[in-house]
Amino acid sequence: MLLVFVLATGIAAVWLRNLLASAMLLGIYSLLMAALWVVLDAVDVAFTEAAVGAGLTTALMLFAIWLTGRQEKPPVRKPWFPLAGALITGGLLIFGTIDMPKFGDPQAPAQVHVAPYYLENAEAQTGVPNVVTSVLASYRGFDTLGEVTVVFTAGMGVVVLLGGLRRRRRTDET
Amino acid sequence: MDVLGHFNYWVAIALAMVGLYAVTARGHLIKKLIGLSLFQTSVFLLFISIGKVSGGTAPIIAEGFTVYSNPLTHVLILTAIVVSVATLAVGLALTVAIKRTYGTEEDDEIEALDRAEDEQ
Repeated sequence: MLLVFVLATGIAAVWLRNLLASAMLLGIYSLLMAALWVVLDAVDVAFTEAAVGAGLTTALMLFAIWLTGRQEKPPVRKPWFPLAGALITGGLLIFGTIDMPKFGDPQAPAQVHVAPYYLENAEAQTGVPNVVTSVLASYRGFDTLGEVTVVFTAGMGVVVLLGGLRRRRRTDET
Repeated sequence: MDVLGHFNYWVAIALAMVGLYAVTARGHLIKKLIGLSLFQTSVFLLFISIGKVSGGTAPIIAEGFTVYSNPLTHVLILTAIVVSVATLAVGLALTVAIKRTYGTEEDDEIEALDRAEDEQ
């Protein structure tokens, strides 16, 4: 049921021409996704999604729309080619899922490979009962450091893109 | 073939295709970014669905529980969510910069302006 709501808000966010409404729908979509993560046992992902997806992304979107414009112009040409491309790709992907293990199957390859090792040893080795936290901060600490680098680079990029323009405009005026 | 057994994957694929359509068919740059973030969340949905175990609980070790969902997909997606917001922020900043330089954010108008500049 939640999945259907998620799909509906996702389609509506793309369908609408008013970008402000689209951004709000994307926020609702993220919040529904967060609820879905709780249902699927991913609580850590759920509160990251609720804070970052529903909060920060919506704020960024609204800020960008405020700086540009809120109305999308009507289409010039009929989008048959992209529609056909999306439908064919989707059909092929669905064909690919037929061989996948059933949803929630405890014997699926993803469940029997290395995941049991972490579930059994994470608490003894790191002292953290939350396995997600222990893998993120301890076993894969270097990856998380890399992630921080990515976020830092992105922040630098935004500052350079927006700050550089302001400086150029100032030199134009003088 | 079990229909309900693959429903999560199919919804993920449908969302990915909505995102793909928005990126390819829509001319407005912010709409393209909305499509991109839909595509990203569809991948998250696919991964979290793979990690779910029937009858399992959240992977926090506690007494009284023996079946846990796969924590590794959760870790991957946590990283991916943060990276997706970083890419979205850079994309939006680029859009704002393009709007200030060209005065529009529809890709066909930008292309027309570029062509006019080349001819001059």
